[in-house]
Amino acid sequence: MHELSIALSLLETAEEQSRQRGGVRISAIHLRVGPLSGVMADALAGAFEMATERSEFAGCRLVITETPLVINCPTCKAEREVESIQKMCCNVCGTATADVASGRELEVFAMEIDE
Amino acid sequence: MNTTDLAAKSEAGSQVPSHLRPQTRLVEVRQNILKQNDTVARELRRRFHEAGIFVVSLVSSPGTGKTAFLERVLTQSRQQHNVAALVGDLATDNDAQRLARSCAPVKQIITGTVCHLEAEMVKNAIEGWLPKDVDLLFIENVGNLVCPSSYDLGEDLRLVLMSVTEGEDKPLKYPTIFNTADVAIITKMDLAEAVEFNLEAAHRNIQGVGGGLVVGLVSAWGGGGLVVGVWGLASGGGGGAH
Repeated sequence: MHELSIALSLLETAEEQSRQRGGVRISAIHLRVGPLSGVMADALAGAFEMATERSEFAGCRLVITETPLVINCPTCKAEREVESIQKMCCNVCGTATADVASGRELEVFAMEIDE
Repeated sequence: MNTTDLAAKSEAGSQVPSHLRPQTRLVEVRQNILKQNDTVARELRRRFHEAGIFVVSLVSSPGTGKTAFLERVLTQSRQQHNVAALVGDLATDNDAQRLARSCAPVKQIITGTVCHLEAEMVKNAIEGWLPKDVDLLFIENVGNLVCPSSYDLGEDLRLVLMSVTEGEDKPLKYPTIFNTADVAIITKMDLAEAVEFNLEAAHRNIQGVGGGLVVGLVSAWGGGGLVVGVWGLASGGGGGAH
């Protein structure tokens, strides 16, 4: 259950962003979470609620976009979406590879600020 | 892409006339949530490279045999290298005491309630402890196949271990940690027959979640060639944990 550690890092990021903008209120945080990030979206949302409960971010929404798992296929020389995390291979030619193009994301990409 | 509004709470302002509600503006912020850990890990990697230290981390579930494996690796590596080890656990320094039998410098990191090591813990642990002549450092993570996958520790090579008693489908159940590793090691091979371990299926599952992963087989009383194998990877530049 490392989602609480991650939620606390997220809270720090939000506090920093708020401070940089003169203490604005952040009403929502938009995240991208990949299947290889090692983070469960539901658990992160629960942990974030717990982490922010008694802070100025209480009630701040988390909007989580789950990104697809994409590999760089060495045979097709192209980015290919992977059907299952248990089968890391090209969905066109079947070549197995660990060269991940997308799917490790664990990032904030936008915030909603009240003005 | 699936977008889910997971913490949809009714805004307090919903009963307030629209002209009195605060205006909301969407601003783009590109930031990795674990930026702080990644920054420390990058700095550690730079320091290790400058000092000529190759760093190998070990992850597995509790009871796979990380410490037994590492004890042998330390004892054997000492003949050719100046080795040292950091070992993480929630409580006790039992593992550090075991590893110290190899006569290599060993330090325990007690994480308390934290289920994984973070770069900052490694940084604090090596401060004033890491002997200057060390050229090979091992970091044994807390026994956990989930949480350590998200944290870069500044290592060059990440080893994931699974034992035959855990079953061939371990990689399928914990794909992320296998995918972020550079080498997979199957331990307790001397028990394979007794537990009807299917090595072929295990290989297939490992390759399924981490295409091209190097696989090593060891038992408590064997696997002597592995140290050379790991160092061979090191000399070749290694893969680097993701």
